[in-house]
Amino acid sequence: MTFSYRIRRKRVNRSFWGSFSLFVLLAAFGAFMILPLIYAINNAFKPLDEIFMFPPTLFVRNPTMNNFIDLMNLLGNSWVPFSRYIFNTVFITGMGIIGHVLLASAAAYPLAKHKFPGKGFMFTIVVLSLMFTPAVTAIPTYMIMSWLGLIDTYWAVIIPAFAYSLGLYLMKQFMEQIPDVLLEAAKIDGASEYRIFWTIVMPNVKPAWLTLIILLFQILWGSDGNGFIYSEQLKSLHFAANQIVQGGIARAGAAAAVALILMSVPITLFVFSQSRIIETMATSGMKD
Amino acid sequence: MQNWWSLKLREMKANKHSYILLAPYMVLFAVFTVLPVLISIVLSFTYFNMLEFPKFIGWQNYTRLFLEDEVFLIAVKNTLLFAIITGPISYIACFVFAWIINELSPKVRAVMTLVFYAPSISGNVFFIWLMIFSGDRYGIANGFLLKLGLILEPLQWLKKEEYILPIIILVQLWLSLGTGFLAFIAGLQTVDRTLYEAGAVDGIKNRWQELWYITLPSMRPQLMFGAVIQLTSAFAVADVSIALAGFPSVNYAAETIVTHLIDFGTTRFEMGYASSIATVLFMIMVGTNLIVQKLLRKVGE
Repeated sequence: MTFSYRIRRKRVNRSFWGSFSLFVLLAAFGAFMILPLIYAINNAFKPLDEIFMFPPTLFVRNPTMNNFIDLMNLLGNSWVPFSRYIFNTVFITGMGIIGHVLLASAAAYPLAKHKFPGKGFMFTIVVLSLMFTPAVTAIPTYMIMSWLGLIDTYWAVIIPAFAYSLGLYLMKQFMEQIPDVLLEAAKIDGASEYRIFWTIVMPNVKPAWLTLIILLFQILWGSDGNGFIYSEQLKSLHFAANQIVQGGIARAGAAAAVALILMSVPITLFVFSQSRIIETMATSGMKD
Repeated sequence: MQNWWSLKLREMKANKHSYILLAPYMVLFAVFTVLPVLISIVLSFTYFNMLEFPKFIGWQNYTRLFLEDEVFLIAVKNTLLFAIITGPISYIACFVFAWIINELSPKVRAVMTLVFYAPSISGNVFFIWLMIFSGDRYGIANGFLLKLGLILEPLQWLKKEEYILPIIILVQLWLSLGTGFLAFIAGLQTVDRTLYEAGAVDGIKNRWQELWYITLPSMRPQLMFGAVIQLTSAFAVADVSIALAGFPSVNYAAETIVTHLIDFGTTRFEMGYASSIATVLFMIMVGTNLIVQKLLRKVGE
């Protein structure tokens, strides 16, 4: 494998100046992408006088944990205990992810592997729904939530997440590459469709699980209740964080600390699941 | 006819398990995605304030939208401007950077993928741009320009109409290397290596020809998927506008169709009117996407 790769690299002409200019392009835009994040990370460790210093600096000079201590004090005094916000976000994120992975996989399996009336129509609608944002449906969704009596409950955020369309789409595309022989063999052995789904299909699509998990994690972790949740004790971590961020100059340090904590979770998750996610995305293409 | 129905029915019965597996997802999908779109279209022809029963008023919302609501026209102009600039640029950027990254060694590739993808998964960390473009001299942009002596007093970046749009576009581009970018990285890794070898034999001289004749055509499915993702988010600019320029922004300089929709739906409670805004946005998004899909199908044909 490495051998043939090397031959290719030698055969196809890679000019030095071509490589050099592409490298410069990559470095310049890489810096543009990463510098604001580095700035955000450094800010979290800056003492307040360094955050408001002229000329402003990118990197911290006298790193301190004061911002985190401030944040803890601030949270210790909040009306609703801070652990409650954490519980709310973890509960919403956890339930949403479990439900979505199960439901989307169950629906993706027949769409990927069976032939039945209505299949093309259903999948077309799911693809169409990738083409507009949830903002389009915000008002009727609120009405439906209130008819169902879900306003001001966790479920108003969790249940719609179950039916997130990008997840079904990616899962279905990934399942298509499972060899049919595998499923046929199980069928001949007398396994039911549900058994095949649970014991053969599901273990084979683990990379896609991870992808669905991280996609949904991003949405739910950053959710502020979508306007459905009013009770302070049900509100999310993200909502509490926003209140701190809006606290102005006196809270600039604590806000920077919150930002660091909020961003580090999804980034860490991605670092550990990157190769699996790329594997899933390889099948994401739209065939006619 | 009778025969056709009974045939279909028998087919459906035979596939009973498929429908049972699909049912939970599809029911929720219908309730929370399909039904809202239909309700939105119906409401757009009514006067509805959440208290009284909706009253049918024909095309009045739409005539008001296009003939009387000047702010809506600003919103449409801004939305199209964002979409025309950030849509294609972010799409091309996703591909170009995925393509360059793909030539690197696996370790470096993983790091660079993270560097480019990180902003889009960092949640609301884009408010860091508030500090970069803050109106006092402690903001990075002002501090830098002041120190160089290019300006004498701090600029009010987010309060001046002429700066707001470019800054939102910049931040939107910063956030835009997301799912589409990952799909391209993955797609590039699946292109059949033997094609490149065959191409070299057939006289492909450099990487640019290789890109045009081999890589792009073999990635068409990913290119189409990426287009949907990038276009849809390019039309949906709202969070960044609200976070950076405020809501409403100075002189509606950063108003987009989505912020206009939020204004009427959650502040003024004119639900019928807001629904007509939503319906227009829906038509624009789905229409553009379908056209772009048609065009992309022609790549490499």
